Amino acid sequence: MSLSSSAARPTAGSTARRSHSGLLQAWLPKLVLAPSAAISLFFVYGFMLWTFVLSLTNSRMLPSYEFVGFAQYARLMANDRWWVASTNLVVFGGLFVAICLALGLVLAILLDQRIRQEGALRTIYLYPMALSFIVTGVVWKWLLNPGLGIQAMVRSWGFENFRFDWLVDPDMAVYTLVIAAVWQASGFVMALFLAGLRGIDDSILKAAQLDGASLPRIYWRVVIPCLRPVVFSAVMILSHIAIKSFDLVVALTGGGPGYASDLPATFMYAHAFTRAQIGLGSASAMLMLGGVLAILIPYLYSELRSRRHG
Amino acid sequence: MTLLENPLRKTALALATAAATSLTFSVQAAEVEVLHWWTSGGEARAANVLKELMEAEGYGWEDFAVAGGGGETAMTVLKSRAMSGNPPSAAQIKGPEIQEWGELGLLGELDEVAEAEGWDELLPPTVADVMRHNGSYVAVPVNVHRVNWLWANPQVLEAAGVEMPTTLDELFEAGEAIREAGFIPLAHGGQAWQDATVFESVLLASGGTEFYQQALVELDPEALGSERMIEALETFKRLRELMDADMSGRDWNIATSMVIEGSAGMQLMGDWAKGEFTAAGLTAGEEYLCAAAPGTQDAFTFNIDSLAMFRVEGAEREAQQALARLVLEPTFQEAFNLAKGSIPARPDLDMSEFDQCAQQSMDDFQRTAEEGGLVPSMAHGMAVRADVQGAIFDVVTNYFNSRDMAAEEAARRMVNAAQAAL
Repeated sequence: MSLSSSAARPTAGSTARRSHSGLLQAWLPKLVLAPSAAISLFFVYGFMLWTFVLSLTNSRMLPSYEFVGFAQYARLMANDRWWVASTNLVVFGGLFVAICLALGLVLAILLDQRIRQEGALRTIYLYPMALSFIVTGVVWKWLLNPGLGIQAMVRSWGFENFRFDWLVDPDMAVYTLVIAAVWQASGFVMALFLAGLRGIDDSILKAAQLDGASLPRIYWRVVIPCLRPVVFSAVMILSHIAIKSFDLVVALTGGGPGYASDLPATFMYAHAFTRAQIGLGSASAMLMLGGVLAILIPYLYSELRSRRHG
Repeated sequence: MTLLENPLRKTALALATAAATSLTFSVQAAEVEVLHWWTSGGEARAANVLKELMEAEGYGWEDFAVAGGGGETAMTVLKSRAMSGNPPSAAQIKGPEIQEWGELGLLGELDEVAEAEGWDELLPPTVADVMRHNGSYVAVPVNVHRVNWLWANPQVLEAAGVEMPTTLDELFEAGEAIREAGFIPLAHGGQAWQDATVFESVLLASGGTEFYQQALVELDPEALGSERMIEALETFKRLRELMDADMSGRDWNIATSMVIEGSAGMQLMGDWAKGEFTAAGLTAGEEYLCAAAPGTQDAFTFNIDSLAMFRVEGAEREAQQALARLVLEPTFQEAFNLAKGSIPARPDLDMSEFDQCAQQSMDDFQRTAEEGGLVPSMAHGMAVRADVQGAIFDVVTNYFNSRDMAAEEAARRMVNAAQAAL
């Protein structure tokens, strides 16, 4: 009796302890994550909600809670500058993502040909990503300034009629943003693609070669389809950069000439913080969010679903 | 969060003060906390004068300087402080913004000081109006900047064989001559506020003070859409011919340095440009010239920095009233404005310490205050609320930079901008 009970006691105790530690083990990750989850819930989603609430009010210098329905959105729709900014985002974002992907892919394929000094070249291409957009903006502002940069240099070589004055041309200024942003980000996309290329199983390529496929055909039909997940991540990252572009515009064009190269982010900042129109600024922020969701959710959905099925 | 923070802060402060007094038995009666963005070298020294004056009277000064030229950062900080119910004693707020803060009921009145010091007699009525909310003084002017100035490099003018232009026509003629002599006639930076600065001087010259008042201060739609406005817009656009092609996005002080170096002849800019000339070691009237913007000799567009006083209680209020008094006293006015390049806000000061441009500015300030040519600057946030100002900026800068927008269209948009904001 005493034996069995003394034998049973420690067993019962250890099971209790084990289940206790098991419980702790199950809960520990959640517990540790809880503060940061709560913080991001509050500071990201909470403030998103607050911005939405503010966009329905007549807030001007300080937030007020006098609701005016969708009047701020109506004002935004009637605002010429908002349309310039939105069109610019479509042009800038579209070109930026497309050119970065194309350039990054070409660079990656070329670098993947087992060339000498690949490491050094890779670093050179990747390096711009280490700079802040402010630095990139200032450098390109000088390079593109017709009186200082490329135009002046080519003219000093004797080509007196050479013109490259996009920076001061209201119709072309937005393309200077594309140039600078592509310069900054395409090396990074190249690195992503390079990693993807290295991950492709050699035997697939060998099989394709044995089947008699030409090199372009192998790349087009085999390699690039294999890179689809990489394209997915690249598009995600690049569209992020495009939509939140603010520092680049501030440093490179200042939104000018006039407001010809304004983007929604700079529009939002100007109205919410310097022009005492928090309501209108919030409305523009909500539309930006809406735009992002409208593009990203279908893309995310189709990509993730096809991957699960495939 | 605010509920928690406030008492905590106060307790900490009280403890700190208690510790300080028990140790030194100093008579730190009360403290003012002043939010400002006078952070560049000369400005910071000037602000320090005020601190020393306060300390000489036995008040404490808690500096709350927030860097960032235009004060955007400082305003953001101020808003969050005000929202959490813990505003500083005084903040650098100017123009119609004073009214906005007043409407929120956050400002405290200074009528006792104003009466004791005779501000009503001291300040020109146009200036006093800016400082009052609902008839009570809530802010105190620190300095007066004049915006409608023309700066020039005498060597360039001489090389081109022209004099300082006094009318818009003369400006265009002189500009042509300067270009033929191989210089850029007018240095300019293509930023919205700089475009607006030039625009308001042109409007003032071609339309006169009364029209300026109607259009850019009262936002009268009839004036904004009138023939005169269209004419002013067209003249403004013609000025582009006198500027170089690379001006887009250029900062104002780079444009000023073009005049200093002699690659450009003239610049239309407020008197803060003088700081650049002074820093380059040039003497006013000899190595650089200043004159009222062409055609605006009888007008003075003012840009006044002021300290608005927040509603505070007890000892802090006493210190705040002392601060308001000291700001307008000659000692500070002179020291501050010598450093800042502006002129004192009280017209009765001895100007012998100041340079020629400042002396002329003061003469014109007094003269226009009497004759009625003293108008608030729209481009520098003295005339209309920030949202209206922004909307006008958009129209002006878009018109100035667009190849094909007609002046009529710009005038129409100006009317819309003003109406949308009302």
